Amino acid sequence: MITEEMVSTEKAAAEKISIVNVSRRDFLHGMLASSAFVLCARTAPLLARAERNGAGALSASGIASIEGTAFHPGILVGIHTDGMVYIVAHRSEMGNGVRTSLPRILADELDADWSRVTVLQADGDAAYGSQDTDGSHSVREFFDVLREAGATARLMLVRAAAQKWGIPESQCVADPVHTVSEKGSGRTFGYGELAALAAKLPVPKKEELQFKSPQQWRYIGKPAPGYDVTDVCSGKPLFGMDVRVEGMLYAAVAHPPVLGGKVKSVDDSAALKVIGVKKTIAIDPFKPPHAFQPLGGVAVIADNTFAAFKGRKQLKIEWDNGANASYNSADYKKELQQTARQPGKVVHTIGDPDAEFAKGGKIVEAEYFAPHLAHASMEPPVAVADVRDDKVTVWSPTQDPQGVQEEVAKALGLKKENVVCHVTFLGGGFGRKSKPDYAVEAAVLSKKTGKPVKVIWSREDDIKFDYYHSVAAMYLKAAIDEAGKPKAWLQRSVFPPIGSTFDTSAVYGGGGEMSMGWDVVPFDVANFRSENGQATAHVRIGWLRSVANIYHAFAVQSFANELAYAANRDPYDYLMTLMGSPRTLDVGQQRSAGVTEKYPYDIGRLRRVAELAAEKANWGKKKSGKGSGMGIAVHRSFFTYVASVVEVEVDDQGTIRIPHVTTVVDAGIVANPEMVRQQFEGAAVFGTSIARTGEITATGGAVDQSNFYDYQVARMNDAPRQVDVHIVESTAAPAGVGEPGVPPFVPALCNAVFAATGKRVRELPLTRNGFA
Amino acid sequence: MVHFKVNGHAQIFDGDPEMPLLWYLRDILGLTGTKFGCGMALCGACTVLQNGKAIRSCSKQMSTVEGIEITTIEGISAQGPHAVQKAWGEVNVPQCGYCQPGQIMQAVSLLAARPKPTDDDIDEVMAGNICRCGTYQRIRSAIKEAARETA
Repeated sequence: MITEEMVSTEKAAAEKISIVNVSRRDFLHGMLASSAFVLCARTAPLLARAERNGAGALSASGIASIEGTAFHPGILVGIHTDGMVYIVAHRSEMGNGVRTSLPRILADELDADWSRVTVLQADGDAAYGSQDTDGSHSVREFFDVLREAGATARLMLVRAAAQKWGIPESQCVADPVHTVSEKGSGRTFGYGELAALAAKLPVPKKEELQFKSPQQWRYIGKPAPGYDVTDVCSGKPLFGMDVRVEGMLYAAVAHPPVLGGKVKSVDDSAALKVIGVKKTIAIDPFKPPHAFQPLGGVAVIADNTFAAFKGRKQLKIEWDNGANASYNSADYKKELQQTARQPGKVVHTIGDPDAEFAKGGKIVEAEYFAPHLAHASMEPPVAVADVRDDKVTVWSPTQDPQGVQEEVAKALGLKKENVVCHVTFLGGGFGRKSKPDYAVEAAVLSKKTGKPVKVIWSREDDIKFDYYHSVAAMYLKAAIDEAGKPKAWLQRSVFPPIGSTFDTSAVYGGGGEMSMGWDVVPFDVANFRSENGQATAHVRIGWLRSVANIYHAFAVQSFANELAYAANRDPYDYLMTLMGSPRTLDVGQQRSAGVTEKYPYDIGRLRRVAELAAEKANWGKKKSGKGSGMGIAVHRSFFTYVASVVEVEVDDQGTIRIPHVTTVVDAGIVANPEMVRQQFEGAAVFGTSIARTGEITATGGAVDQSNFYDYQVARMNDAPRQVDVHIVESTAAPAGVGEPGVPPFVPALCNAVFAATGKRVRELPLTRNGFA
Repeated sequence: MVHFKVNGHAQIFDGDPEMPLLWYLRDILGLTGTKFGCGMALCGACTVLQNGKAIRSCSKQMSTVEGIEITTIEGISAQGPHAVQKAWGEVNVPQCGYCQPGQIMQAVSLLAARPKPTDDDIDEVMAGNICRCGTYQRIRSAIKEAARETA
């Protein structure tokens, strides 16, 4: 049970934050103390983070300390004697809809009335299993866990009713909603009336549970609006940026402009004269690898945000820029392109592509390039930390609260258990907020000031000091038969890997990065080889919404489109030919154990989304050329099959308009189609930003861009006017939905631009190709 | 010292005259519904109403607020949810929600000036408000919905 005291204590702690956080311990003890009902759910084994993110270097570096592989009990649901059902959202809400979709899965099996469900936000706690809300994991990894928790609680309520009535359990049924009734008699108990007794019953074994059939689902697969919409639209304090703690100081940090740079000297005399500035504090540079450590620099501590920003501008700092000062992205691009022209490390081989290429005949080659990208979530990184003796409380918009616990503990020399992380709403995450460096900054500064400290990153900080989506150069080559079909296919990608963030020697992509649209292609090609060349990172590299799928899908789906034109074929028809007959694609041995069994690569499903997309978009019925055109692309990522058809209009000045996008999604069983539609509508806009203007460059090691004027993102007037999302009905295991919409959109748009203008885009963004 | 009103309440400020209204609202008054996004009037997250018209509070210095009336997201629903807020709910606009208070304030301003906005009107006025989650098409629908409701 959640007591009033508990909620008010939590509220008092975060003086003015509306989101109700709950620790597992309080949830458990609150329940037991009042003899209401609480349930320890058995959570399923989780994929370890190192494996998911594909950087083999992760585990070697000790970063993969979230032990995702064990069975952990998690506290997920409780029922108050007044009938209110409390469901804990243990994943982070950043627009992904998890505070709606996940609790509704549990509520469905519980047969709880959604209007009598209160959602609580879990603190960081390893007992929940992975809380690292990235990789489009939430529904697919917790679908079974949440159903099991709901079914367990339902059975315990049924047993409590049977006991109260003194009748066999088989005579009792959880129906109508939120009620157990006796079959035939019409006698009922509300869930609240059963909570106290149910709490005393032993937790049933999994084998005893009866799961609802899909036909009986009341919430799963049914559209529902966001749980928090009203609070969000009222401007309630929900976000990390909104946290205000009694006695809190505000901090802005002047970071070294070049990665690995250090402060040589600092003159803070002018900064200290700014009204509201209290002091300046040096933050130590990181020890390589940088991982999630703060970048170092000089913090300005003030009594409001503006004073901290203003004071920072007045700092006169001489920097030692270090080795990365020689990094220029224009030269680096040439290096990557050169590497992509040479043989690389073999990732996967089918047949004998070299023998086929040696036979001569028609060869098609193309090089593609995609630059670094910044996340630019609307809420820049921000965190509040309060260090008291050996205990730390952190409030943070974080995708990874356990990561915050670990990194703060490491930085302060404390035990992880002594760090409490309250998870706020995230004003966007896109992968940036699974890196807890900014929370560590807050903790370091709180320790040094003895006060709670809020670290606020400006937009300039956010764009200049990101963990960037990787830049990539790709080379593709195909030997074509008379019908225009590839007999052999070679593809090579080169990019500084995410692993470089955790291991300074990492120069090759990890298994995860290779599995993101590169180790295999969904095409019927008898002779195939994928390769990966090496690249050294000079900025922090991190995952960004759909990660390596972005540049890989751009290259593969653009190249497929080029081959269609080379064969003088309709691009959609050609794509279908290229995919070949419905079958399970052999992905070789490089994928994680168990994953291929649960999620076979089904070409039939990929074909189906393409067929539907073409049909819904009226493919081929509109004329291409003279400034208007349609493009198509397909991609499977996070086990979800997506086809995008993009329509463009390009005027004489090269200005692109996107009147219509058709997206077809097969994500297996869908928890909440409304959230899925939102994710795919948003993915088209996110993809527009990437394709049209997204580009981070660097000069002398320092990032050139700084704010929305030089790092432009899609606005209402240049985003797709209408995105129609069609969800394929499926009984397959739930797959990811937050990310898979992005990768096919980008090449579909570029293919549409080619159809409209005859200009092939081999280098992103479109603004590099004379478009606007 | 400047005198002005926020959500109908008289306020006096005698701090740093260069402080943007945004940080006064957020840090001094604790009205955190108005968001920080860019600090350069490029994204619209900080949008509030000055005498009923949308402005970017991040670029409005406190030296310039004498005598004006400011309305924030917290101030538009004193008599229950505003028609625009209701429409936002009906269309289920928000994803992360961070930009939405600014979007809503901009839409309130738009509808006050143009009760029946065309698509071009909406583009023109709303293009200053960035949403990284990409809720634009729902924002457009919600504005039309609110226009119907208030007609």
